[in-house]
Amino acid sequence: MLADFPILQVVDENGLLLHEQYKEKITEELVKSFYYHIVRIRTFDRKAVSLQRQGRLGTYAPFEGQEASQVGSALALDKDDWIFPTYRDHGATLTFGAGMMRTLLYWNGRVEGCVPDDGQKIFPPAVPIATQIPHAAGAAMAEKRKGTKNAAIAYFGDGATSEGDFHEGLNFASVFQAPAVFFNQNNGFAISVPVEKQMNSRTIAQKALAYNMPGVRIDGNDVFAVYFNTLEALNRGRNGGGPTLIEAVTYRYGAHTTADDPFKYRDQSKSETIRNTRDPLLRIERYMKNNGFWDENWVHKITEEISNEVDQAVKDMENYPKANVNDLFDHVFERPTWTIAKQKEEYLRLSGREA
Amino acid sequence: MVMERAVVKRSTKTIQLTMIQAITDGLRTMLQEDERVLVLGEDVGKNGGVFRATEGLYEQFGEDRIIDTPLSEAGIIGASIGMAVNGFKPVAEIQFLGFIYPAYEQIMTHVSRIRMRTMGKYSVPMVIRAPYGAGIRAPEVHSDSVEALFTHMPGIKVVCPSSAYDAKGLMIAAIEDPDPVLFLESMRIYRASREEVPEGKYTVEIGKGKKLLDGSDVTLIAWGAMVPVTMKAAEQAKTQGINCDVIDLRTLYPIDKDIIAESVQKTGRAVIVHEAHQTGGLGNDIVSIINDTSFLYMKSPIERVTGFDVPVPLFALEDHYLPTPQRVLKAIEKVVNF
Repeated sequence: MLADFPILQVVDENGLLLHEQYKEKITEELVKSFYYHIVRIRTFDRKAVSLQRQGRLGTYAPFEGQEASQVGSALALDKDDWIFPTYRDHGATLTFGAGMMRTLLYWNGRVEGCVPDDGQKIFPPAVPIATQIPHAAGAAMAEKRKGTKNAAIAYFGDGATSEGDFHEGLNFASVFQAPAVFFNQNNGFAISVPVEKQMNSRTIAQKALAYNMPGVRIDGNDVFAVYFNTLEALNRGRNGGGPTLIEAVTYRYGAHTTADDPFKYRDQSKSETIRNTRDPLLRIERYMKNNGFWDENWVHKITEEISNEVDQAVKDMENYPKANVNDLFDHVFERPTWTIAKQKEEYLRLSGREA
Repeated sequence: MVMERAVVKRSTKTIQLTMIQAITDGLRTMLQEDERVLVLGEDVGKNGGVFRATEGLYEQFGEDRIIDTPLSEAGIIGASIGMAVNGFKPVAEIQFLGFIYPAYEQIMTHVSRIRMRTMGKYSVPMVIRAPYGAGIRAPEVHSDSVEALFTHMPGIKVVCPSSAYDAKGLMIAAIEDPDPVLFLESMRIYRASREEVPEGKYTVEIGKGKKLLDGSDVTLIAWGAMVPVTMKAAEQAKTQGINCDVIDLRTLYPIDKDIIAESVQKTGRAVIVHEAHQTGGLGNDIVSIINDTSFLYMKSPIERVTGFDVPVPLFALEDHYLPTPQRVLKAIEKVVNF
């Protein structure tokens, strides 16, 4: 199976293009966009971890190390596509266009953080594991029924492939030939459990065979491979070719969330080794230097811009109006049932507020 | 309700239907009226449903709208969520309520929460149909009656008709509802009786019970297959001179508290009948409603006649599990003679 599902690269660890066919497609603008978004979400991620440590954010799920997978796949989407993320995919949703302040609000326990802006098809992050996979199948089925060219992408981790919903979702999409891309980030660990204990299969991509859909195994730290393979899968779906399973092999450098300590369950020196050899940003930097796209002034400029953007988002999040107790009651049904209306009225009266 | 029915009967033709035929008629009415309505589930297409609830719809509306799905409860509900947030109104059939458990996570963590999680930006206007209940000698696990697992769940409405008229009207109301509705269908009374049902479109309001019998001595509250059982007990009580006020609850969430309060404030006594297990059963919520609205009117403690706190048995023992008119009558006598 490892031979049948080799890890595809477009640009190797040294920043060298492996396949000439992509040469034309890799414009300076595209490369700079990859670089920009990876820096942007990495800056966000580090800031969020830091805010959590200072008690200014709730428990947070970092994605550092996985940025190429999230940026490459999100940039391959069209703005009218659907995105079904997990709680570790806000790098992808930020790249797709989710508001940064809203994303911070989510991690600060605010439901406002789940609400997409008008016209955005961003589903709230799935917190149970794998439940979003059938949603993406259904949204894609709906697009097909409407006769659009829109697709849906579902993000999930290696642990999710052990859940029933993963199989039910892939089977549904396959049976109905829905334009869906099932984008797996195999980051090696489901909290503490390594992928070798998660499954006896050699790859996740091979699971696509069971559903007679293409299964593609790619280097998830190679943003070029992620982008072009996701684009190809999306285009296949848009043109009636059905769903694709992509396994992006990557690594989470840090903890599952800020509530756990990876030193307890794994050798953290591996994170450092990968950071020094296979880091997503390092690879683009090498590619840019190899191809004459590297521009210190530009890097300096965007780094500062991003830093300001993140700081501003933090400020906006911290200055956001306090949570409104009415929101506890008002959005469960279009019109509250009498039980909710009564409970709300009694609670507001008890706490000295007007209904 | 009496008025609503009278109005409908004046303005439209009626037809004699069983409850299951009325369900099909309700689905057909909405499939014709609203292109966004889709029917999906296991065996709902060519086979017309294992109970024939979707008979003829596949031929009339085609495989694009009457969708045979894989045998995949979480997939059916999960994919319906994706379709519902993307502009469709899925009516998903779970073949038996006892097989809904793989989809429970989808219902609990997504169907019932999406409106709240997105502050109304996304909603899931879907209907989940599920045949339920014991008494038809079905194989194991096919006979569960777990409405309380869903009435406890915030964010979903639960309805359970016991007649053809209500089944069609509630089906149409459920499909038109902007929020998710679990539509429970008692298999035992699918074909137990026929009733005049208006042709075309009408609704029965979700959240309203129905008075089936007026009496001043004791209030009987039931739903689904327990309605005819309760009515039989009321007839027997009448021969002893006990007049029962009988309520068919019809909607299990949100419960019609007013019809209950009005009745028990008149009778001062209540017997609640359900075939689901007693502990954590919906009967307890009805006791609470009576407590909250009518405590000082009560002349005796409230009785519950329910299934036992045991798994629904294989069918050789199901008649012992299910409430019977005799058990209901004993409860009536107990509250009247308190």
